[in-house]
Formats: sequence, C-alpha cells, structure tokens
Amino acid sequence: MKLPIYMDNHATTPVDPRVLEEMNPYFSENFGNAASRNHSFGWRAEEGVDEARARVAALINADPKEIIFTSGATESDNLALKGVAALYKEKGNHIITSKIEHKAILDSAKTLERQGFEVTYLEPDEYGRTSLESVEEALRDDTILVSIMLANNEIGTINPIAEIGRCVKERGIVFHTDAVQGVGKIPVDVQAMNIDLLSLSAHKVYGPKGVGALYVRRKKPRIRLAPLIDGGGHERGMRSGTLNVTGIIGLGKACQICGEEMDEENGRLIGLRDKIHNEITERLDEVHLNGHPTERLPHSLNLSFSYVEGESMLMGLNDIAVSSGSACTSATLEPSYVLKGIGRGDELAHSSLRFGLGRFNTEEEVDYTIGRVVEVVARLREMSPLYEMAKEGIDLSTIKWAEH
Amino acid sequence: MVYSDKVVDHFNNPRNLGSMDKSDPAVGTGLAGAPECGDVMKLQIKVNDQGVIEEAKFKTFGCGSAIASSSLATEMMKGRTPDEALAIKNTIIVEELSLPPVKIHCSVLAEDAIRAAVKDYKAKKNGV
Repeated sequence: MKLPIYMDNHATTPVDPRVLEEMNPYFSENFGNAASRNHSFGWRAEEGVDEARARVAALINADPKEIIFTSGATESDNLALKGVAALYKEKGNHIITSKIEHKAILDSAKTLERQGFEVTYLEPDEYGRTSLESVEEALRDDTILVSIMLANNEIGTINPIAEIGRCVKERGIVFHTDAVQGVGKIPVDVQAMNIDLLSLSAHKVYGPKGVGALYVRRKKPRIRLAPLIDGGGHERGMRSGTLNVTGIIGLGKACQICGEEMDEENGRLIGLRDKIHNEITERLDEVHLNGHPTERLPHSLNLSFSYVEGESMLMGLNDIAVSSGSACTSATLEPSYVLKGIGRGDELAHSSLRFGLGRFNTEEEVDYTIGRVVEVVARLREMSPLYEMAKEGIDLSTIKWAEH
Repeated sequence: MVYSDKVVDHFNNPRNLGSMDKSDPAVGTGLAGAPECGDVMKLQIKVNDQGVIEEAKFKTFGCGSAIASSSLATEMMKGRTPDEALAIKNTIIVEELSLPPVKIHCSVLAEDAIRAAVKDYKAKKNGV
C-alpha cells in the first residue's frame, strides 16, 4: 500500500490509464483542428471528437448533437443559467434553485439577480434533498428556469430529479441539472428524467481537467441559449473556440468506461463506503452522518465527529487525503454552507470529514483509513475541552460562550 | 494549509495537555472561544505559595494552530507570576509559531484564555 492515500474523489479523480492512452495520439499525430474541413488532419480530429460526443451522449441517453463541449462544469453551469436567462427573459424573470447548489450555480444566480431576475433559493430537508413539493410551491407564472443539482458534492445526497423534471416539463419551464457528481456514478437518462440542460465534467469521472459538457435538448422542446463566448460559431454557435480535442477524447473515453463498469464499481464502492461508516461508528461515539442514509452517491460519506475540529483532523490524518467542511479549511473562513443549509449547525459543520472513494481505492486503504480516523479522533477528543465537559455531563448548549 | 515546523511539533507533541481540579483554590481556569466559531481553549494555571505559576495545563478544540498556540502558552506561563503571565501578548505567539495572517485569531484566543485563567485565579484568591 502506498501512502498518502487519495480519498477525495469528489474534488477530482486521477485520469484512468485507459483514458490517457486514448488521448495520447491526439497530442501529436492527430493534432489537427477539428474545425479544419479541408485536410485529413482536421478530419481525423473531427472523427475523434464525433466519437467522443457519441460516447458522452450514450451515457446520459442523449443525441450526440445535443452535447456542447465546454471547459468544465463551471462554464456549463454559467452557460445554462445565463444563456437561458438572456433568451427567455420576455417569458418571465423568475428562476428557482436550491440553497446548497455548487457555487457555479449560486454565483451565476446572484449575477442574474443583479441584472433584475428574481431567484428563489429552496431549502433542502435535513438530508439535503430538495423535494418535488418545494419546487411545485415555488413555481410561478413567470418562472423560466429551474436548476436543481442531481447529487450534492459535499454530502452526496441524490435529488428526486425525475419527479422534479416531470413537474417542471408539464409547466413548460426549462429544467437544468448540475449533474457533475452524479454522471458516471449513477444512471442518468435525460429522456426519462425530463432534463433539458445538464452539466457534466471530465475530471470527476477519471478524465482530464479543463473539459466538460452541457447537454442541450434539441427536441420537445428545443432549448435556446445565448452564448457566453462569441467567435467562430463552434458547437452550434453556443460555445465558440477551437475544440479541446485531447480533452474531449478523454471525456468521451471516461464516459464510455463509466457506462460499462458502473454497476460493478458501485457495488464495490458501496461496500467500502459502508465498511468505513459501520466500523467507525462501532468504534467511536457521537459520529453523525451528513446526507441521506440511502439516497446517496455510492462513493460518498460525510461524517461529523462531535467535539473535534475538522482541520485538526486533517492535520492528524496527514497521510490520507480527505476534506472537511470546517471554516479553517475554506478560503472564506466560514463553515460549509451545505452543512449549515441542512441545519447541521456550525459546530457539527466544523467537525465534518468527507470521504470520497474512487475507482482506485482498495480495501487495504479503507482498513488503514478506518484505523487512522479512530486513532486521530480519539486523540483529539482527549485534547478537547468540549469532550471533557460532555463527559462530565455538562450540556454545552447551556454555556455562555464568549464571542470572538 | 502548510504549517510551520513548530506548529506541527506542538500538534504532535502537545506540552502540558490535561486538566487540573477546577475547585482547587490555587488553580485558575480560563475558557475562551465558542464551539460554533470552531475553537475553544481551556487554560489552567496552578500558583504556588511563592505566587509563581508552577503548573499550566490546556485542552483545546480547534485547528492545529489553535492547539499549538495554547500548548505554547502553557509553556510560556510556567515560572511567571500571574501578573507576568498577562504580559504574554498574542504577537509573541504569532512570531514564535510563524502563524500566517489567517491564523492570528488563534493567538488572540490564547491571550484571551491566559487573561481568563489569571482573572479566575485572582477572583478565587480575593474570595470574590
């Protein structure tokens, strides 16, 4: 077993060797510009891109023509929200999303608010799910777009996208889902789920960084988008710029592998994930699951360890790469807005660890991780005045803490 | 976050970790911070008959820098009188541990905890 262990696969994944192998010829031999229509270099690049487009489409049951390649899911999210808002504003100016979406959605929504759009941010339930009912209640005659993520990046909770999609479609409103964490991990079908726009990213599914896609429905109904980037009219005019051929080839291959191996991989990852959860809760008290007990991504486990702070856990777990919702680990020095959004309270948000299992994690790594987490948490609890007070039977909520 | 060697050392080998009897009249206990802010420090001092801090203990809930700041604070308090301990300013801790700007609040918290412990000791001594 090699240290350090990588267990932060929500953040990014390593490139699968099979993906890299597929990409390699496109750096050198097949280096052509996919838009060069007049020679074989261009044709070969275009053929590769076409195949990749078909592979991405197949994973989500779309038509290849409905795949728009982008620089990643942040761009896809921006294009979906801002692109729809620009072209549907005569129809209305109300947009619905949730409080625990990725920042690419929330910050795009804020930009639209400054432009005069009205945005409703739905409250998820305690497990992080956005219910069909809450969407239905928020719908208005002037609603033009609903954007709800497929699965949450911090807690892995999966939303009832098919139900929401059906309801939104009946009203003739555009439905977008940020599916970055879900595509390639759980089955996604844009037809069955009535999705009009879907964002995905290569580097979350063992592809390269810097490439992603936006699925844009062409039929029933045809979705129109104003481009963010103008230029040579690539990607049906929705995203100009010379195609990132190598990245696109990698994304295509990554999607193909995910489609073929999803069932087997999920079974394995759920087994490993539940092993971590069960053994840690057997050996430590006051461990809380953040996220839905069952409607959760197969590789996703987010736990809060009462009385210990996240960054100190990460420091103790210096040979294991996981992440935390603690304020000290964020650039903003605020605890995770997702954990706060599901009503976790700041204290448990500070005490959280996110385990993101992946294709290349082994059972040996999982066993080692369990042992290290138990050891580090136990040590930090011995150092924690809160643990000591709790053991003495003091109710921490009754103490008047000094603000600072 | 990349930590200085001194922070890592205090985190891995905390000095004076533990607790003393709060009800002992020679012991002053100071608590600083709040759980929702992500850090709580408990510092305790034990003052001998000569009026010198002969023992200091800490327990800290917080990041590595918070743990290191309180660990260092206990080291610095020992051998001083309570009034001398009040001279330990957060800037000394920042300098000693090479804390980056985002971690300065950890040193401020340690200073607060020192003050609270001394105040508690004096209150007990004066029978307040």
